[in-house]
Amino acid sequence: MTDDIRALTARLANEPSSLAFLELGEALRRRGQLEAAYKVVRGGLSRYPGLADAHDLLGRILGDQGDLAGAFDAWADALRFDPMQSGALKGIGFLYFRAGNVDAALEHLQRAADIDPDDESIAQALARVRAAARAAPAGRPEPAEDTSAPAQVTAAPTEEGAAATSLFASPENGDQGMMLVDGNGLRLSGNLRSPSNEDVGDRVAAELAGVSKEASRTTKLLGLGAWVAIAVESPEGNLFLVAPTPNTLLLTMRDPSLPMARLGLIAERAAREARAWLGVQE
Amino acid sequence: MSPTNAVLERVTRVPGVRGSLLISATDGLVVAERLMDGIDGRAIAALAANLIQRLVRATAGAGMRIPTFVHLRGNTGSVLAAPGRNDLVLVALAGVDANLGLARVEMLDAVDRLA
Repeated sequence: MTDDIRALTARLANEPSSLAFLELGEALRRRGQLEAAYKVVRGGLSRYPGLADAHDLLGRILGDQGDLAGAFDAWADALRFDPMQSGALKGIGFLYFRAGNVDAALEHLQRAADIDPDDESIAQALARVRAAARAAPAGRPEPAEDTSAPAQVTAAPTEEGAAATSLFASPENGDQGMMLVDGNGLRLSGNLRSPSNEDVGDRVAAELAGVSKEASRTTKLLGLGAWVAIAVESPEGNLFLVAPTPNTLLLTMRDPSLPMARLGLIAERAAREARAWLGVQE
Repeated sequence: MSPTNAVLERVTRVPGVRGSLLISATDGLVVAERLMDGIDGRAIAALAANLIQRLVRATAGAGMRIPTFVHLRGNTGSVLAAPGRNDLVLVALAGVDANLGLARVEMLDAVDRLA
């Protein structure tokens, strides 16, 4: 055991509630003691479940262990608690790159660079991804061996997407659907199919009329600020609702096996596409 | 302490949860509550019931059963709801720093026990 790890271990033993677990976990990770690092960070997260930096570190450890789906979930958790967590954005950008989704990789890395312009590792990662994109004329480098986690969340953020007649025309947008509706419950774009494969888009759009106002009223009157999202779990599927603009509502529906945090990321990304499609300047 | 109050106590003990209540989904009335001072249970019940009813209709329209859990996230906190049997919904009000994962587990467990 090196001196720094010994010192950090002693510090954590003396002050179990301190944040020394972050330093200790990172030191162990850098030494390749991944199992020990994992246990330290898990222990820290049990005390600080909402600490984005701890989720980011867990993502790096899981990534080093080759558990890319787990790493993705950890980074998604980090972003849920702190959308400006540049380490998590970099990590997810890396996973997208491995999955062959250069556009999404560049977007996440660029966001990380905007937040943390002095981090050279982010600038280098951006340069690498841009170089790889130039080397592959189709813009899609060959995916690495394990693409399961990030491939599920690709939302096809193409430049052409904004001009397409259907906002969610991309096949990557899932098997059950994504739909943009206006405040009157009319479908603007997208499709929705029930678990039995029935087209239920218009029916659901009509039911969603007023949900945004109801959510807004609820959070405002209860002192919770503006509403951000509604996550709905059901045995047959999970729904995630966000409002890309004050007058529209975006519904994303997926199989319940997809973690809600990941569904939230898909919805967040789709909302940005929706705003672009609607011509809203961000 | 009654079983209902014991359930509300467990949910309210989750870090960051400001209170919990059992409401009737149809009429938005409070059945039982355990809330911090200054929080109006009747307002939460009425607002949550309206929202849940809309979402129940939307999920039904999508060919799905009644939601098992709903999370309305605001800028500075959340409303969590776990619909149960007999028209009852367990609702919790949580701060932005709340342990939402633990709150969800406690609420789903509680709804099962109340059934």
